[in-house]
Amino acid sequence: MSAFRRHWIWLLALAVLLAFPFLFYDWTKGRHSGFVLTLMSEIGVMAIFALSYNMLMGQAGLLSFGHAVLFGLGAYCAAHVVNLVKAGTIWLPTELVPLAGGLGGMFFGYVLGWLVTKQRATAFAMITMGLGELVSAAALMFMGFFGGEGGISIDRVMDTSLLGVAYTSPWQVYCLVLAWAFIAAALMQLQTQTPLGRIANATRDNFERAQFVGYDPRMVRLLQFTLSGFFAGVGGGLYVLIYEIVTFDTVSAAKSANALLAVYIGGAGGFFGPILGTIVVVLLQSGVSLLSNAWLLYVGVLFIVMVMYAPGGLIGLIFMHAPIWRIGRLRELTVPYLKALPAALLILAGFVMLVELASFTTIGAAQGKKLAIAGAVIDTGSPLPWLVAAGALGLGILWMRFAARGFRARWDALIEDARRQGVMS
Amino acid sequence: MEVFVVSLLNGLVYGMLLFMLASGLTLILSMMGVLNFAHASAYMLGAYFAFTISQHIGFWPALVIAPLLCGLIGAAIEMWGLRRVHRNGHVAELLFTFGLALIIEKVVQMTWGLLPVPYRIPELLDFPLFTIYGTHFPAYRAFMLLVSALMFGAIWLGLTRTRIGLIIQAALTHPEMASALGHNVPRIFTLVFAAGTALAGLAGVIGGNYQVTEPAMAFTMGPIVFVVVVFGGLGSLTGCFIASILMGLIQTFAVVFDVSLADLLARFGFVVTKETPFAEVLTVTLPRIGALLPFLMMVLILVFRPRGLMGTRDT
Repeated sequence: MSAFRRHWIWLLALAVLLAFPFLFYDWTKGRHSGFVLTLMSEIGVMAIFALSYNMLMGQAGLLSFGHAVLFGLGAYCAAHVVNLVKAGTIWLPTELVPLAGGLGGMFFGYVLGWLVTKQRATAFAMITMGLGELVSAAALMFMGFFGGEGGISIDRVMDTSLLGVAYTSPWQVYCLVLAWAFIAAALMQLQTQTPLGRIANATRDNFERAQFVGYDPRMVRLLQFTLSGFFAGVGGGLYVLIYEIVTFDTVSAAKSANALLAVYIGGAGGFFGPILGTIVVVLLQSGVSLLSNAWLLYVGVLFIVMVMYAPGGLIGLIFMHAPIWRIGRLRELTVPYLKALPAALLILAGFVMLVELASFTTIGAAQGKKLAIAGAVIDTGSPLPWLVAAGALGLGILWMRFAARGFRARWDALIEDARRQGVMS
Repeated sequence: MEVFVVSLLNGLVYGMLLFMLASGLTLILSMMGVLNFAHASAYMLGAYFAFTISQHIGFWPALVIAPLLCGLIGAAIEMWGLRRVHRNGHVAELLFTFGLALIIEKVVQMTWGLLPVPYRIPELLDFPLFTIYGTHFPAYRAFMLLVSALMFGAIWLGLTRTRIGLIIQAALTHPEMASALGHNVPRIFTLVFAAGTALAGLAGVIGGNYQVTEPAMAFTMGPIVFVVVVFGGLGSLTGCFIASILMGLIQTFAVVFDVSLADLLARFGFVVTKETPFAEVLTVTLPRIGALLPFLMMVLILVFRPRGLMGTRDT
């Protein structure tokens, strides 16, 4: 019973995630929304990927610019294994394909890691960047393993399922992704408790001292890199099952950047930060990119705002409230937050409006699209919409400055109280 | 022989262009420890600014105005962005410039469109300077060489012969000591950052019409500049210069020689067929992997000699 009490949050998350697609279930046709399922499967895969990246960045303090190499190579391995199974050379249940990807990622994690982990800090970042460039170029060059520009396509319906599931529908694949995501997340969570996970933290915080105590920081880095490669490979294996194709962009720098963005936006310190960050980034990527040409700009601005004002990420912002919550006075922040809300909305509206106006005058015009709000086509050439947008942004910023002053006073008072009551160390 | 001379000249031009970009980055990286991902974005901005200015006023004013604009942007970034982020550590700084590079690329796309812009070389310089072995050598390339050589001289004189240069050198290795002696180190940081960005902008002005001015140019140039800086070694302009020329030469010569490892093995009587293990790796020709060589060299030098060619400390 105590185990249930400690882990109820995982079960709750599982139940919510299983139930969520049914919100978009098309009852008239009796089928799931393919878009939502693919989006959620993508979030699952990217969450594993981001968590495995956090094993390097958050836990070991290793900033990698080529983590997609491990993800992509794992995906390629899984694709080859699936094709071998299809051809009848070997036998492997469909459910264990991600494991094949994971072992592939682990293998490359060890081999490449042997080279990469000789250095740390900036040199490590630069080596991983060079390696990422090398592998993504090699993926286009060598036909045998990478299949060139066309990539390697598979057929996930293999009739070797242990559970008798054919994996023909996105729903079945989604369930598989969910299962693996939970297994991988749980394993990675457990890994942080192992001696290796602890020593990785130690080498991050003070690697000279860890060395002095008698640990070889290089071995720690190598093991951590190899394990991280395993989990990235699991993500890669799932990716292959979802999309039934693996191309060179799974090893590309853009994919690596995605993991970095997700982990930093979510928060590198904790365990739930990367998951939160993944949800934000994938939603921005898939949702906003359908609506806007400028989604990358929004991601970039969000990223810079996070780096400048909230280095702890979204999860850090949430945890800042913990001491106030513990003294039971979180309610007193409601009014200051409500006061700042219209200002924030005004800034957001003005900024989005400006960006979209600019994007529609150049990129949109080239694609023959017109900016329309609520059915009314807006002429991006006339000054009025620009003035409105700039005015909203300016007014929002002024208002925010005013609201922030009141908020800060309230916040400081509450934190001071919390400190006096001894809930903050 | 003719191929050799022509490639040598082209490699030199490209290498000097790389040096223009890399010299600023070396100073920024060794002094402030900031791995500036937005450096190549300044190169792109320089090219686009020069395109717009040359459409309205002409190329020659653009040669002065565009780098100045880039320098101003650089100063603004340092004063209002980096200095604030600096408190959160080096990784935060690096990520800040990374986000900045994303934003600049998108802003460029939104301002000038997704397609390459027709930024051409000025008519005054649009003629073949001389002809060697039947190949024309454009006057514009000679002009590029001249500008970059002048810039190299100016940097060198500025760093070794002026008072501010000496302070920069001091702050490069001992920022705390320079600060303790009463020099305003943050202001020097801003100055160096602005100057480095302006140099990248200048490289953009003269490089944008030599290569193609398009939104992806920062993304293709950025990693190579990092390679040059790391290869040359931190804190050494000479190393950076050698590395730039070396990279320029390697990349141009790799395109010329159509050989592969299989050809080399054939010399020793070992014939590679389709059945040989790793046949695909062995038969890849040099021009195809030309763009990869810099990265290969960077990985190798970082693994075996992390301080680079002439660096004063480890990367």
